[in-house]
Amino acid sequence: MATVAKRAARARQAPRRRKAPAPARRQFAKNADGILREVEQFLYRQAELLDSKRWSDYIALFADDGRYWMPASPEQTSGDGVPSIFYEDRNLMTMRMKRVTHPHAWSQAPAWGTSHLVSNVTLEAADSRTGDLIVRSRFHMMEFRRDASRHFAGTYRHELRKTKDGYRIKLQRVDMVNGEAPFDFVLQAWV
Amino acid sequence: MMRNGSDDLARLVEFDRVHRSVYTDDAIFEREMETIFQRAWLYVGHQSQVPKPGDYCTALVGRQPLIMVRHSDGEVYVLYNRCAHRGAMLCANSRGNTGATFGCSYHSWQYRTDGTLESIPLPGGYEGTRLKPGATDYNLRRAARVDSYRGFVFASLTSSGPSLIEFLGEARIAFDNMCDRAPAGELQIVPTCFRFIQHSNWKIFMENQLDALHPYVTHESSGRAAIEVERQLAARKQQPPLEYHYLSAFITPFHEWDKLQTVNYPHGHCLLQGYMGLRPQDPDTLAYEAVMREHYGAEGAERILGVNIHHVLLYPGLSVQPALQQLRAVRPLAPDRTLTEIWHFRLKGAPEAIYRRALAYYNLINSPSTMVNADDLENFWRCHQGLASDGGDWVSFHRSAGQDDDRDGVITSRRGTSEAPMRNQFRAWKQYLSGEQ
Repeated sequence: MATVAKRAARARQAPRRRKAPAPARRQFAKNADGILREVEQFLYRQAELLDSKRWSDYIALFADDGRYWMPASPEQTSGDGVPSIFYEDRNLMTMRMKRVTHPHAWSQAPAWGTSHLVSNVTLEAADSRTGDLIVRSRFHMMEFRRDASRHFAGTYRHELRKTKDGYRIKLQRVDMVNGEAPFDFVLQAWV
Repeated sequence: MMRNGSDDLARLVEFDRVHRSVYTDDAIFEREMETIFQRAWLYVGHQSQVPKPGDYCTALVGRQPLIMVRHSDGEVYVLYNRCAHRGAMLCANSRGNTGATFGCSYHSWQYRTDGTLESIPLPGGYEGTRLKPGATDYNLRRAARVDSYRGFVFASLTSSGPSLIEFLGEARIAFDNMCDRAPAGELQIVPTCFRFIQHSNWKIFMENQLDALHPYVTHESSGRAAIEVERQLAARKQQPPLEYHYLSAFITPFHEWDKLQTVNYPHGHCLLQGYMGLRPQDPDTLAYEAVMREHYGAEGAERILGVNIHHVLLYPGLSVQPALQQLRAVRPLAPDRTLTEIWHFRLKGAPEAIYRRALAYYNLINSPSTMVNADDLENFWRCHQGLASDGGDWVSFHRSAGQDDDRDGVITSRRGTSEAPMRNQFRAWKQYLSGEQ
């Protein structure tokens, strides 16, 4: 939490060093703290929905044309036409939800749970006209399944669209630092 | 549990059932490594992984860490990943370009990419020793036999045995059909490899590959979910993407699976044909088929595209899906630990849309977020747990035993759900372990 506070503080201080900030920039800067707080809450809520397996509420965070993308390697710049660990639109996300909740999804039988921590939240870009944002953060997920624990950690990059109902995800990019290791069992839900 | 005599083998592997210890016993696993994985032709990699001199990639073949490398003369060499000096591993990365030589990180012995020793720092100091200039015993050791078939590189760690082409036999259609589907007749590997550790014996995976009885049960949840989303889209007047069919096809009912056919060859190889409607009539497929006719003529193209093989198993370590351009290599690590590596290919000269189809299969079915293999791995684990228990001694492969057609050692199943492929694998297993193969 200290890091977020420091970053928020830095974001507050940043414009004071600028001699002649552009009007739009100043607008963003003035609200940076508020935007950051709002976006942090959004990320925490997303993590909470995953950890509580509220799949359809999770999917609803994505825009109608939104995508969840976990690249196969960090050099990839787009999920289009290249191998990915996940590259899902809302239709595929719905399919995944329907699969894991089916009573005969055998691999769902052993109880499993996750706990996500999201931190190091920074604003990469903000469109002062639309309110759309690009937000970077780091996550650490611990999963418990059938007496065994796994850890996945890495970076989230959210491209968020501002709507009257709050933010919606246009693209969530998930780079796992251990994503190229051999997988011990598979990933059945989003990370 | 297991001694060397063929009496023991006969007791463990009967015509229609096998003893559980072949999956769980440490001594039997050791013997498999010596008699199967030290002898058979095992997949190393594809030549397109190392296009330029100095390009290399590493592979675990049997228990041996090997390097596949392109030499300056264009040849591909398969070398042990071990410095001849003090034994340090040479390539710590799984792939890269080493330039003209491999240099050891410990004392900088340098080797050319054909494995010959090029130089040792401070050449003075070896006078009167057995390390003579030009001596070949300090080259990198090469795999005993290396050969390739249509770009697929194999190694055998033993100098005797059938040639690669004899070993592959009729099952080489796995590679022929995949390559022929490329208008240019060649493949390009996509350099992403997804890897999984299965907590189960390697044979459980191999037996599952052509098991037409399991998808309707194991993959019910995936099939139902895909059908529901297909219906939702249809209700919104949207065309479901073709790849959804790869998932919904899993819940084809039992009697439909029974109409398929398995063909079982010597050396334990087998194939499953006639499944999944792999020749749709969408505009992308039609455009591709037109390109194929340009290259092969109408008859030639038809001969290639008319082959409907879903899976070919090249025993003991490879599972190939020619029409979907996928390949899985199986690397046993322990009786209850198996590494699988999954690759896919581009067809040279084919439209991009055809690659996209293979990619969709790779992402949906074979990636670490697979909506399908999760339930396979669960069942493999459950099988291994059960087989390790004293709850029973035998694994049943009775289905259609004695009812399939055997012609000169090629066994064709009369029904798709016959357990002929499992029996055929154990026919080869027994031959390997008794030294007949």
